[in-house]
Order: sequence, then structure tokens, then C-alpha cells
Amino acid sequence: MSDLVMAAAVVVGIPAALVGYILGVEFVLRIFPQQRRSKVRPWLWILPAGLFVFVFLIYPAIGTLIDSFKDRRSEDFVGLANYEYVFTNRDVIGAIGNNVLWLILFTALTVGFGLIIAILLDRVRYESAAKSVIFLPMAISFVAAGVIWSVVYAYDPPGSSQTGPLNAIVTGLGGNPVSWLRNGSTGTYALIIIGVWMWTGFCMVILSAGLKGISVELLEAARVDGANEWHVFRHIILPLLMPTIAVVSTTMIIIALKAFDIVYVTTNGNFGTDVLANRMYNELFNFSQFGRAAAIAIVLMLAIAPILVANVRRFREQEAIR
Amino acid sequence: MTGAGSPGTMVPPVTQGGRPIGQIRSGPQRSRAPRPRVMIHLVILAMMAVWLLPTAGLLINSFRTAADSSATGWWTALLPPYEFTLDNYAAVLNQSGLADAFINSLFISIPATIIPVVVAAFAAYAFAWMDFPYKNALFVVVIGLLVIPLQLTLIPVLRLFATFGIAGEFLAVWLAHTGYGLPFALYLLRNYMGGLPKEVFESAAIDGASPATAFFRLALPMSVPAIASLAIFQFLWTWNDLLVSLIYIGFNIENQPLTLKVANLVNSQGGGIHLLTAAAFVTMILPLIVFFGLQRFFVRGITGGAVKG
Repeated sequence: MSDLVMAAAVVVGIPAALVGYILGVEFVLRIFPQQRRSKVRPWLWILPAGLFVFVFLIYPAIGTLIDSFKDRRSEDFVGLANYEYVFTNRDVIGAIGNNVLWLILFTALTVGFGLIIAILLDRVRYESAAKSVIFLPMAISFVAAGVIWSVVYAYDPPGSSQTGPLNAIVTGLGGNPVSWLRNGSTGTYALIIIGVWMWTGFCMVILSAGLKGISVELLEAARVDGANEWHVFRHIILPLLMPTIAVVSTTMIIIALKAFDIVYVTTNGNFGTDVLANRMYNELFNFSQFGRAAAIAIVLMLAIAPILVANVRRFREQEAIR
Repeated sequence: MTGAGSPGTMVPPVTQGGRPIGQIRSGPQRSRAPRPRVMIHLVILAMMAVWLLPTAGLLINSFRTAADSSATGWWTALLPPYEFTLDNYAAVLNQSGLADAFINSLFISIPATIIPVVVAAFAAYAFAWMDFPYKNALFVVVIGLLVIPLQLTLIPVLRLFATFGIAGEFLAVWLAHTGYGLPFALYLLRNYMGGLPKEVFESAAIDGASPATAFFRLALPMSVPAIASLAIFQFLWTWNDLLVSLIYIGFNIENQPLTLKVANLVNSQGGGIHLLTAAAFVTMILPLIVFFGLQRFFVRGITGGAVKG
């Protein structure tokens, strides 16, 4: 009950407090001469957001960087020992390898399927219904997706009736049932497919929006000139969509590198399916190795850094056009 | 969804020829492509089936008895005799505590949606329409923060919460979600507000309107579409989030949201597939309603970087 009061206070109180803050700022600013006002005002307007960003993103990122050079309790400096661990421990290297697999396959499949579906759906009347179907998994949690796919991948011993559709097909074709998730050779691929199922809709929506931006006249002109559909795709659609494809791909790469929930819920990193983000969680909460956990987080950040640079560069270009 | 945090999307403007982007459009007025062949329809229908069947299987299993779902595949339930039951739902809502967890999820998501949207709105307006030194440099920092992994912040923030004695409390999660959601919120709203017509604000200033008046009377009402997209997005992130709750609520069972409860059910093998499927569907109900009810805003939020008025 006290929680309910608190939630109500927060839902109404915080927006009210912020509105009050802005009105208060304007009131106080009246003391200043006109010229000073417009110099001080912007800083006061961005202050609340700035505080949140500093406390929850910038300060902790610096803290983690420092922790990564300290021991398991973050007391004494240990030099590069934690990084040495990250790049020499077999389990962590295995997790890095899986992240690379995620990065390549997840990105290629989500962007590839997204592009194919966007182009195919552009040609049919039931486009919006079909899009909703592909897009739907975006709305649900990785936890729910994990349960959904544990049914798809369900394994029953050979000879018994298979409750999972995938193994029912395999046995129906005369094969032996496969334990898709608990098996070193298929586990990571099975998890990546879950991710692809969830994120293809995202790629499709953005690529489709890009596709709609290509002028109909251009496509018609090419066809009138005798270009076949493959040529239209290869020489007109693909080059014009390239900037959009690049953006979608970088987003997918970030998701692949940060993959956590799906692994945590389905296998918890066992059976050779571990990834860095899950390994970090285990170092933190199961092994109490703060230094190593911090070092893994920094490695993740370094892997993402090139994309960060690319995003900033793209932002600068967009601003220049603006 | 990726747990918490923005997907870090920066979509270049894809408006050409004045067509609005971010809408699921169907039935183009003029042919964009030749009439589809049968093959294309078959490929599309096959893909739709692949995308729908996993969820359909979950839904069907959640209404089957324990004995049935552990003995035969869900597709066998499509043939008579029909034996469906609501027992699984009764069991997860009561014994497994999912009814309480549902309330907890609402408790977490609603404030964790409202706070960042409000905080971001003021700052986004300042970034869009006020001049100050280092403005672009500061916004570049925001762009950079769009992609940083939450893992980078967990340990120091957890220590901070422990110091203030709020680890495990809702307040911790509200604050964390606000911080994590802000870069995307700032990015989306600043782009949208920056695209509003300049004349509106100039004439308001000439008429003597203060920046606060211009913000509350003009910028805010005109930005409702972007705010709606952002709110829906933030709500779904926080509702679907596992990582933030796992770290900052953790073992405080009373405050655990749905995702955390169901993840624990899965890990502890607590209950057969009949219970897990029902539990998973309970977590999906609200997102599905939001998705089907507000799809237009949802899509616009995704193509957000490109939204320009």
C-alpha cells in the first residue's frame, strides 16, 4: 500500500516538480539583466537531464574503468591482470568466440531477412498484415521469447513422441532427435535464431521505410529501359538503400555484442553458449570477481567503440545538411 | 527487446519526395513493382508461418493439461477431442506469485516511463532552440552514450544504491531506467523539436512569450507524436527488461517484476512446460495490447532518428 502511495507520488510528483523547477528557473532569471538570462537559461534547462546522465552513465563508466585495474574487491591495483585473465581464460575466450559468431550471423541474418521481406512485401496487397506478423516479436521480452523457443527446441528421447515441432520434423524425416540447446555444436546457433526471430521485424520496418523513399518514377524508368528485377535491385535499390542498411547493421552489431537476456534465460551460458555479457554477470554475482567483471565490460565497450565513432561522424554530417 | 536501454538507432532521413516515413503503408497507388508471381506469395506466406508458429505453439500449450503438453506436441491439440483448461493460468497467477509480479511490473514501468520523458523534454528543447557554448559537443556526448553497454555501469551504480540503502527498492530501478533511457529520449525529442517550424518560435518571441511559455504552449503540444512514440518505447523497454531488475532488485522477492519471476521459474525448472508457457504468456499480454493498439506510434519510434516533423 505504501508502495502505491509512493508510485502515485512519483507519477504525479516528479513531473510536477520538474514543471515547478522550470517555472522557478524562469522566476529567478528575472533578477538577471536580459542579456545574462539567455546565457544562463539553457544550462538550467539541461541540468536535470545532465545530472541523471552523469550519475548513471558517465560517473559509473569511469568507475568501471578504474575497477578493471583493481582486484576482486576493488581495493588494490593489479595492473593488467584482469585483462590478461579475459584474454587467456578458456571460458572467457569461448564467450568472445560466441560473441563473434553472434556478431556475424545475427547481423547478416536480421539485415538479410529484413531486406528480403521488405522488398517482397512491397509487392503485395497484404503488406501491413504481413509486417505486423514479422514485427510482433519485437514487442515481447527475451524472457518470453526464451520460453517460446524452448517449446520449439523441445527434446524428448528417441523413440518417444516428440513435443517440439523441430524434432518432430527431424524424426518424421527419419532422423534422431537433437537436443538443440544443450549441445555444444548447435547451442549458440539455436540462440542466434531466437534473436533473429525477434529483431528481423525491426530491420524490415526501417529498410521498408527507406524503400518507400525511392521514387517510383526511377524504378519505372529502369524497367521501361529493359532492366529486369534483379538489375533493378542490384543497381538501383541496393545502392540507394546502402546508408539505411549501414545504420541498421550497426544497430544489430550493438545488439549482438550486448546479447544477454536470451542466453541467461535459456542456457545461462552452459553447453558452450556463453557470451561476454552473461560471463560478466556471473563474474559479478556468482564468483564475486569485481575486477574481472569490470574488465569484461570495458572489453565490450572497446568492441562497440568503432560504431560509436561512426555514429558521431554520421551525426556531424546530418547536422551539416540541416 | 534488449533488456533495458535504447537500441541505439540512428536512422538517416529517409524522406524523399515528401512522403512521410515510419508508416506501415499498404496498397501503393502506383505500381512500385510488377505484379507478384505465385512464388512470391508462397515465400511470404511461409515466412509468416515461421514467424507466427512459435508463438501459436506457446499459446496452445498454455491451455493444455500438464499430462498432454508433456506427452504430445501442441499441434496434436488442434484435432478433436478438444481438452483445454485454464488451470495453468490459475496456478501461475496464484502459486507462482505472477499476479503480484504483474503489479510490480506496472509499478516499475509506469514511473520509469514518465520520469525520463519529462526530464528529456526540457533538455531536448534547450538543445533544439537555445544557444549556448559547447552545445554540439555536449550533444555528441549524448550520441556516444546511445550505444554504451549497460554492463559498463552496473558495479558503480549498484554500490551507489547500496550506499543510499535503496538497492532492491523500486526507487533504484526508476532512477536507473531514467538514466539509461535518457540518451535515446534526448536524441529522439531533440531531433523532432528541432524540426518544428522556426517561424512559430520567432513570432512567439516577438509577441513577448517567454521560453517557458513557448515550451509549454507550443513545443510540447506540437511534439505529442514524438512523445507518444518515446513513451511507448520506454514502457516496452522497462516492461520487458530483465538486466536492470536482475541487478538492482535482484533477490528482493517482494519487488520482482514478471520478467525476473519467469526467468527464475525457467532456471529453477520450477514447473513443467504447461506452467512456463502460461507464465510467458502473462508477461506478453500487455506488450501485445500496446503493440496492436499503438503500432503506428511504435513504428514511428523505431524510425525515430528520421522523424522530422
